[in-house]
Amino acid sequence: MRRISAFRAHEILDSRDNPTVRDSGFPASAGTLPRSLERGNLSLNEPTIQRTPHAATAVAIVGMGMSSLLPTSNVALIVEDLCKTYNTTIAVRPLSFSLAVGSTTGLLGGNGAGKTTTIGMIMGLIEPTSGSIRVFGHDMAHDRHRVLGRMNFESPYVDMPHRLTVRQNLRVFAQLYGVTDSAGKIARLAEDLALVEFLDRPSGSLSAGQKTRVALAKALINDPELLLLDEPTASLDPDTADWVRAYLETHRRDRNCTILLASHNMAEVERLCDRVIMLKQGSLVDDASPAELLARYGRSNLEDVFLDVARGRVNAKNRVDS
Amino acid sequence: MIAAAAISLGRIGAMVLRYTYLLRSSWPRILEMVYWPAVQMLTWGFLQTYLVRAQGVVPNSAAIAAGTLIGAVLLWDILLRGQQGFSFSFLEEMWSRNIANLLMSPLRPAEFVVALMVMSLIRLAVGVVPVTLMAIEFFGFNLWALGFAFAAFFVVLIVFAWSVGLLVSGVLLRYGLGAENLAWSLMFIIQPLGCIFYPVATLPGWLQPICWVLPPTYVFEGLRGVLIDHVLRTDLMLTGLAIDSLLFTGAAFAFAWLLASARRAGTLLQTGE
Repeated sequence: MRRISAFRAHEILDSRDNPTVRDSGFPASAGTLPRSLERGNLSLNEPTIQRTPHAATAVAIVGMGMSSLLPTSNVALIVEDLCKTYNTTIAVRPLSFSLAVGSTTGLLGGNGAGKTTTIGMIMGLIEPTSGSIRVFGHDMAHDRHRVLGRMNFESPYVDMPHRLTVRQNLRVFAQLYGVTDSAGKIARLAEDLALVEFLDRPSGSLSAGQKTRVALAKALINDPELLLLDEPTASLDPDTADWVRAYLETHRRDRNCTILLASHNMAEVERLCDRVIMLKQGSLVDDASPAELLARYGRSNLEDVFLDVARGRVNAKNRVDS
Repeated sequence: MIAAAAISLGRIGAMVLRYTYLLRSSWPRILEMVYWPAVQMLTWGFLQTYLVRAQGVVPNSAAIAAGTLIGAVLLWDILLRGQQGFSFSFLEEMWSRNIANLLMSPLRPAEFVVALMVMSLIRLAVGVVPVTLMAIEFFGFNLWALGFAFAAFFVVLIVFAWSVGLLVSGVLLRYGLGAENLAWSLMFIIQPLGCIFYPVATLPGWLQPICWVLPPTYVFEGLRGVLIDHVLRTDLMLTGLAIDSLLFTGAAFAFAWLLASARRAGTLLQTGE
């Protein structure tokens, strides 16, 4: 049975009246609470709910059948029973989670755990074999173009045209995302991300750190409400990486942006994330706040927790699916 | 997938802007666009001049003198460069690993395709228009003087070029840069079958029905009709356009299917140089 963390049914019910719920894009009349939640207890087959630290009115839902909870949640993303199979290889096994608006969630797992595939499916670049993804209430399988303008993505797996200057690249993406006052927006991002001195240099001539900052500027060009980051500080020196993390923290706080972050840097995850989803061989093996994970596994840092999970040394107390 | 609904001119403009920046940043690209059409035109133009001077030795020299060779080579360049302008613009996204950035943006596939068509026209304007002017100067052949006939030839050829470009782009999306050679070479299969430099009747009987499936055949037959008989065969042009419509529709469906297949196979995140 899945663990319930600080569940308070009356708060979920209260959130129905919260105006931010209406802004989340979910239909106000859809769905009802499962009977077990109204009773204040849960059964094996019904969804469980976790409070998230950074969204007082929001809930993070773990489990199945969560669509019935839509109107009660201020949720940016709902992934339900997501599965991806390539021929006979299972990349992602049925995976369900949701992200509260304004939260930062780390997606952890070893190589081949399914992180990039999961993010690719959320962005609509990879078609799930089964399951569903809803972003701000829109089904990504059929309604992707209604919501893509509210999302953005940064990854070392994608690049920007090398021959175009940084300014030209950002101008093109600003226009693609329908940004008004693109010149002003580019100037502000250049100032914030310290790009000013090489705005008019070809993107291909930049160092790895500079390219990462440009990619981050591209990912922030439309002030995304949902930002997906795949290894955002890979290949950066410690100083620049620290600077990028500080920027992301500030951005999340100022814009109430929801962030899903895939990373192998455990210090980064501990610093940025209020929740961690751990994947192994395509399956969700744990889902909790960094502090809860440390307590659960009896470790002092997330790296040791990661190694416990990766090497199968799972002796955690109160594990999600124990 | 290629739905016309909710097309944004702003997003199409963004893509055209992106390719225009690229052209402006690279003089070799601009030079290359003019270089090959110019070389082709000069080679065939001088060959035509030689054949005309060999009157009595070479049959049909009157037809050659009318400009069927140089006219055909100019129209062939419109066809080839039109397709390459479309496909190479698409390839730029693959080479720069930018395709995922585009497909996760609000840009719709139909807008992407329209932007590629616009770029195909812009690259033609840069590469082929100067060569048509050179043909007037060097050989006294004025393609523009054909007027409405030239417009009809152009439309049939460019729609076919876009159909091939769309199909090649879909294959590239699905199978990656391993299929890059198609962008360079696929159109050359049209050269013998499209009857560019000779009438359809020249080919064996069993091959002729295949030729008549290809819209360029109608254009090059039409060109000879205009230059030799001074008649524009509207029936040929209408048939060519009708086949074009079918082929373009088929290519659009193929592109949509290949894009969906690439999403299923997860290849959109793996494209690169």
